[in-house]
Amino acid sequence: MTGPIAIVGAGLAGLRAAETLRREGYDGKLTVIGEEAHEPYDRPPLSKQILTGWVAADHTTLPRLENLDDVDWELGRRAVSLDLAGKKIVLDDGRAVPYDRCLIATGVRARPWFNETEAELDGMFVVHTSDDSRALRQRLAAKPRRVLVIGGGFTGSEVASVCRMLDVDVTLVELADAPLSGALGGVIGAVAADMQRDAGVDLRTGVRVDAIESDERGRVDGVRLSDGTDLDVDVVVVALGGIRNTEWLTGSRLAASALGIGCDAGCRAFDGNAIVTDDVFVAGDVARFPHPIYGYQMMTLEHWRNALIQAEIAAHNMIAKEADRRPHVSVPWFWSIQFEVNIKSVGVPSMADQVVVTQGSTADRRFVAAYGLNGTIVAAVSFNDGRYLEFYERLIQEAAPFPIRLDNVDQATGDDPVPAAFPPQSELTNRPTVVLTGHSPTEMRVERKETEETAA
Amino acid sequence: MSEPTLLDQVFAQENRQDPYPLFAEMRKTPVARQPDGTYVVSAYEHIVTLLHDPRVSSDPAKRGLPGPGQEPAFINTDPPKHDRLRRKTTSFFGPPHKPDLVASLEPWMHETVNGLIDGLAGKTRIDIVDDVAYPFPVSAICRVLGVPREDEPKFHDWSGTLIVALGARFHPEGQEEVFQKAIKASQELMAYLTDLAEAHRESPADDLLSGLVTDEDPDRMADEDIPATSRLLLIAGHETTVNLIANGMLTLLRYPEQLERVRSEPGYVIRVVEELLRFEPPVQMIPSRSALEDIPLGETTIPAGSGIILATAAGNRDAARFTDPDQFDPERQDGAEGQHLGLGGGVHYCFGAPLARLEVQIALQTLARRLENPRLVQDPPEYRPSPVLRGPIHLPVEIDAVRPA
Repeated sequence: MTGPIAIVGAGLAGLRAAETLRREGYDGKLTVIGEEAHEPYDRPPLSKQILTGWVAADHTTLPRLENLDDVDWELGRRAVSLDLAGKKIVLDDGRAVPYDRCLIATGVRARPWFNETEAELDGMFVVHTSDDSRALRQRLAAKPRRVLVIGGGFTGSEVASVCRMLDVDVTLVELADAPLSGALGGVIGAVAADMQRDAGVDLRTGVRVDAIESDERGRVDGVRLSDGTDLDVDVVVVALGGIRNTEWLTGSRLAASALGIGCDAGCRAFDGNAIVTDDVFVAGDVARFPHPIYGYQMMTLEHWRNALIQAEIAAHNMIAKEADRRPHVSVPWFWSIQFEVNIKSVGVPSMADQVVVTQGSTADRRFVAAYGLNGTIVAAVSFNDGRYLEFYERLIQEAAPFPIRLDNVDQATGDDPVPAAFPPQSELTNRPTVVLTGHSPTEMRVERKETEETAA
Repeated sequence: MSEPTLLDQVFAQENRQDPYPLFAEMRKTPVARQPDGTYVVSAYEHIVTLLHDPRVSSDPAKRGLPGPGQEPAFINTDPPKHDRLRRKTTSFFGPPHKPDLVASLEPWMHETVNGLIDGLAGKTRIDIVDDVAYPFPVSAICRVLGVPREDEPKFHDWSGTLIVALGARFHPEGQEEVFQKAIKASQELMAYLTDLAEAHRESPADDLLSGLVTDEDPDRMADEDIPATSRLLLIAGHETTVNLIANGMLTLLRYPEQLERVRSEPGYVIRVVEELLRFEPPVQMIPSRSALEDIPLGETTIPAGSGIILATAAGNRDAARFTDPDQFDPERQDGAEGQHLGLGGGVHYCFGAPLARLEVQIALQTLARRLENPRLVQDPPEYRPSPVLRGPIHLPVEIDAVRPA
């Protein structure tokens, strides 16, 4: 491999991919393109230690594990299109970066508040970049009257937790019946709800925010909820998940959509016909890949560890001989810290239909819950008890039967599994984005469907 | 009497100097049922699996074994009790509550080791064990825990008797007598520590025991758990590190080029200590686990109720995990660097690991630097009786001189 190689995206995945390429002996031209002006930095602290003030916002720069001084860093530059046939990436200043191999690791951005006027108000925040986090930290340190967090996923819940640590009043609004229920299901979400309420969070589930009010100076000054309640808040944190950064690939004839960029287990991107490409690779939050232990279902994972591992595998495969390619098949992990509870997960809980607490006690907030689907264990989640998750990881790897019985272990109740109570998938992610064209069945092609979203 | 099993042979004193060929034999049956129904597990992968398996218990009471009659310490309990005891103890020892404790001892450690070595000036024959490897960790654990150093002769005897009981399988006096002695020693040690705890309650100092007895947290450690916890730390703190220092010096004297590198390359000792924990670990096996449920493992299933012995020193020499496992190679690059089982793993991972690592790093480096032309007098040396906590009784070494600090 003589290159050149281009990496689009300068987050954790982009950085680790660059390091892997160098470590594995690629010494040709290497360009890393990143929209933010910052060097690659770590995101988990953005919703935790930076907001508490323990760590400064610009102190999460990721260490370089290899010498990357000879990399062409295009930071503060956005890639605007990819020319698959011409093998080049066009930047927002019009320059083209040619590649022989390219890695797409553009990640996600925060989903903004849907009402653009309201989204512009002073006091509206999202938490995705270090600039976001710095701005929110300043506002929290200035002791707002009350913070409203919209969305009870991990980011929203962590922000609420920080507010309570700072003794700031906080209301969290979640449309589902419990926080974290999208990732962990309603049963374990109910434990998270108790944690929040015990910590003094004004948790409101099953409601949405209808309107955000402002004062004459354009500052947030109260919200109205769908149940008619008015709340006096001066800070709103929108934590409604992410939008995958794939729009720039709309004209590229890659399998890129709001669902991510389709790729195989070797991280090679699919083109729009879902035929694998040889020279475009994908890693991190935007990669939509098949996972063998989950019936080869296509999935995207917005997890720190997934970005790291997938980037290393993608980079390896970019320069490896065909016979040396590696698959990205490890069992996913993620973690969160909120309300003084360390939450860890192994496997994919949202694949499950049943859950049972196997160790510890939910009342103590020290427990492990195992998740099952059709008689097989697919995930496990621990609250303050992560030490045993390697055991569960092995069970998942071995497709062990579910429910597992640990009747004599660690306060186990011997309870039977119950429905895990995941909320239904949002329609947004299930819309078709392509149409089929052509007459002969052997000559059909996939064309992108022109929608308002893609046309815009 | 039937043929001695491999485990019997490991326990036999004559094999103490080199149990590793026996461990290699053992690994040929990586999950081996013993005549008494206990299972010995010797393959690296299986040991790691069991260290993380919640169906494996450390509580002897759960399989109906008589305890010594006192509250067990966290090493002999399972979650959730284990977690409460250990978490509370940690709050007076390490992060997040005491993040600097071990690091802050470093100047004192240098001073102590150098003081011990200063005392050897003029001698041409020294004993690594009696002169440094034993007195140094004892001073360290006494200081951390808050035990008067001058009481050492008392608790040394009690502790020694208790350790012999771990290897009682083949003790000439027979198991029963050894256990009776151990129970008596344990009672006396507990009485001593109960009195000591009381004394710290009245005049507390900056030590772990004072922290436990004066703790005002609602979840403070129960009074009856404090002597057992201190007993564990006192014994573990001075029966294991001594062997790591002694085994370490013995190994370095057998590999003079490594000794020279420890002497001349700052920081190299860190790798050496990790490799020693693999190659000559002071704790050779974890002898008292049991299965709470049937546990499938490779081609075997360990039935619920069975005793389990994790032969960690055997796992440390498993060629399936370590390249050239019988080579002492601090610079190994087999992807398993630092992945030894020398400090255990899982919930019961060595509590004192950060303290022990620093002690041994400082001891070995200082010995390497200050002993002029050290030579083994006797190879192999005589070993202490325990096959579980294995190390030389004495390690006589000839030197030309002691260099200044």
